[in-house]
Amino acid sequence: MIAMQGFQMDLVSEHRLSQMSPVEKVRFIIDEVKNGKILVLEKGLSPEEEASLIEMTMTLIEPDGFSGIEMESYPSEVDTSFIGKILKKNALKTRLTVIGPADQLKTLKKDRNMISALISTNK
Amino acid sequence: MGVITSFKRNFSDLFKKLFKKQNARIGIYGPPNAGKTTLANRILRDWTGDAMGSVSHIAHETRRARRREGVTINTNGSSITLDIIDTPGLATKIDFHEFMEQGMDETESKRRAKEATEGVIEAVKWLENLDGVILVMDATEDPFTQVNVTVIGNMEARNLPLLIVANKVDLPEASPSTIRDAFPQHPMVSISALEGKNVETFYEELAKRFG
Repeated sequence: MIAMQGFQMDLVSEHRLSQMSPVEKVRFIIDEVKNGKILVLEKGLSPEEEASLIEMTMTLIEPDGFSGIEMESYPSEVDTSFIGKILKKNALKTRLTVIGPADQLKTLKKDRNMISALISTNK
Repeated sequence: MGVITSFKRNFSDLFKKLFKKQNARIGIYGPPNAGKTTLANRILRDWTGDAMGSVSHIAHETRRARRREGVTINTNGSSITLDIIDTPGLATKIDFHEFMEQGMDETESKRRAKEATEGVIEAVKWLENLDGVILVMDATEDPFTQVNVTVIGNMEARNLPLLIVANKVDLPEASPSTIRDAFPQHPMVSISALEGKNVETFYEELAKRFG
């Protein structure tokens, strides 16, 4: 039997993330990425959560170890719906986000509506 | 008599604290090597005769945020006074091997990488204490970097003013229109902070956005 080699990619639903607090989301992502997983978040993170994720990533970087994350999200969209306006002055709609270990995930090209990435099985 | 004098002084201090308009705190943000400190130096040299910090072609030269208070900029007959914060380059990854590729030895590279991670944390923390951001982008690079997306998202979420600077337009491969097309909802100025090209327009836009 030939052992299958590769990487694990988890597609995380909006529902799964919405059940977590911002701190839990960041911790969950960091733990999974440090274990070598690639995460695709259906609805991404809020800009504040992205900033927290960058901050926590920096605290965990080690020479010859974890060198950080590759994160790619689309620019947020301002929620112009009636409900959005009522609920918040400047509600943002977050969008799909890909996150993985910096030494395994590399963004090739990105524009407003397309992310093209290369995933390496070699560290 | 002394009590009255003391009361007057305390009342005066309280009045000043309550009604003194504080300078707007404006952070200069962007990815490493976008030209943030070059721009900060340009602003300070033009308006204070001083400089903010050293610049280098090696990334993460600025690893601690630097603040200069009370920088007064006069443009088009109006005047604004700002506190300028030059922040370390934001990044999601820092690998010391990249510094070694630039000719640094291993010990120095690891030290620089460690300081760079601390600098990124400092820059992120500053985001919560600003009144506006100048986001510097290298006009020769792809503007859709995660750093740019995250900084813009944070300013939009907080409903704070943002001015995008398409820097390095002195280089032939610069494409400021790509940046304008990427983030059309925000004002943008094309400049060369190094050569001073178009900085007058930048100062006018600065006064308009943050004044």
